[in-house]
Amino acid sequence: MKNTKEVVIEKSLFLIALSAIFMLFLIAIFIFKEGTPLIFKVGFKNFVTSSKWFPLEGQFGIFSMILGTLWITAGALIIGVPLGLSCAIFLSEFVPRRIMAILKPTIELLAGIPSVVYGFIGMVVLVPLIRENLGGPGLSILAGSIILGIMILPTIISISIDAIQAVPRSYREGSLAMGATKWQTIHMVVLKAARSGIVASIILGMGRAIGETMAVIMVAGNAVKIPRSILDPARTLTTNIALEMGFAAGDHRQALFATGVVLFIIIMILNIIANYAVRKR
Amino acid sequence: MEVVAELALQNNSMNNKISVKNLNVFFGDKHVLKNINLDITPNKILAVIGPAGSGKTTFLRCLNRLNDLDPEMKFTGEILFDGKNIYQGINPVELRRRVGMIFALPIPLPMSIFENIVYGPKLAGITNKKELNGIVEKSLKDAFLWDEVKDRLNDPAMKLSGGQQQRLCIARALALKPDIILMDEPCSGLDPISTAKIEEAMRQLKKEYMIIIVTNNTKQAARVGDYTAFFLMGELIESNETGKIFTSPNDKRTEDYISGRFG
Repeated sequence: MKNTKEVVIEKSLFLIALSAIFMLFLIAIFIFKEGTPLIFKVGFKNFVTSSKWFPLEGQFGIFSMILGTLWITAGALIIGVPLGLSCAIFLSEFVPRRIMAILKPTIELLAGIPSVVYGFIGMVVLVPLIRENLGGPGLSILAGSIILGIMILPTIISISIDAIQAVPRSYREGSLAMGATKWQTIHMVVLKAARSGIVASIILGMGRAIGETMAVIMVAGNAVKIPRSILDPARTLTTNIALEMGFAAGDHRQALFATGVVLFIIIMILNIIANYAVRKR
Repeated sequence: MEVVAELALQNNSMNNKISVKNLNVFFGDKHVLKNINLDITPNKILAVIGPAGSGKTTFLRCLNRLNDLDPEMKFTGEILFDGKNIYQGINPVELRRRVGMIFALPIPLPMSIFENIVYGPKLAGITNKKELNGIVEKSLKDAFLWDEVKDRLNDPAMKLSGGQQQRLCIARALALKPDIILMDEPCSGLDPISTAKIEEAMRQLKKEYMIIIVTNNTKQAARVGDYTAFFLMGELIESNETGKIFTSPNDKRTEDYISGRFG
């Protein structure tokens, strides 16, 4: 009797585990099935290198959106990584454990704030600030990068803290016993040993930045043109889908799925590069 | 109860490099070391023995102020190193450059063999490539490891065997040219052959350094120690020449421990 119970539990867990993977495949297949016909129709090279996006006239080029995505993501990382990493180092190495135990969950709360709230704050506070002090329309790559940079902080901080705290105490003691100062120990030993975890936190943060849609729609301006400076507005791949899916039909609808395909591929490539960077050590 | 260390009396011709006076250490409410008095002589090996939890490792970690890392630690008394109190007016970073330490588990830093050894000297400000190469060769030779690794200095240190890693740690400590080497059960995770190699290295090293070794293995204390100190429940029960401790100890508890009646 006991054996049948074991078997039933094992099999059902297996099915449940399989269904998650099945879901992933289903989504991938669906996006590719809907998107690839249009890519073949206009040609992959034309689709990704042309910046003419006039869906109603049958012109589908998403180059400016690829650039917009890359600019905003890079900007978010430039802002979020140094901030998040310094914060993680400070919290895990310089703050007593008891205080850290309060601060870390507080920071993780940041991740629970809906993205539309971030977007709203960006729209009301950040955008006018940029417009008045730096010029341009305010709705810009800079605004998008700052908002996303803040949004990826909890991911980077909390995973980096876990990685830093997983470094054995014996490494620190070994280094200190050789006459290293605290900071020398941190940057020459602790950060080196925690590197794969820190890189993982940056990859996850990057994934969040690339995928974030709502907050970007609200602050980045969404103009379909090649951005010339960080004060220019830009449209990302995700916002393109979200903005136009409501009324798109036919080729236009397919073109939006094709945008999803390109997004999918970009995320895959960045993940592979990042994983390779971790393994290369 | 005050325990009088006899080492100083027997060796007053020599310069006592470390003298520990009325040392008490607490972690939170726990009284870990109780009124320790001990003088330690250069160019000799002092073996510290005692059962687990007797405070021997804590004692060792007082000597390079590694206990400072624990915010719960409080202490009274003083430790004089060349007549200067190491807990007053001495930067712990400077102190640790003069007092090397070998841990129970070999902990190579996550870098190459070469980088592990030049880590300390580089921090101390030595950047001359030739000088660093010289330091690496000398330290590895002194730790009896040179012949085994000289062709693969750029391999990750983690790839070495356990015994080799421990000798690498010794070489790493030597690279700083310390005055004192502290060893915290350096052979507890090693096989007999690696242990023999490390003990051989210790006998050579004591010509230039003061060595203090904490060991759970009383036989090892008898083999390598010139002097032996016996700790029990945070007290220094007695300390004397190793021969005396092992043949005619003054205290019954020492005899019981050495003959294996407890511990």
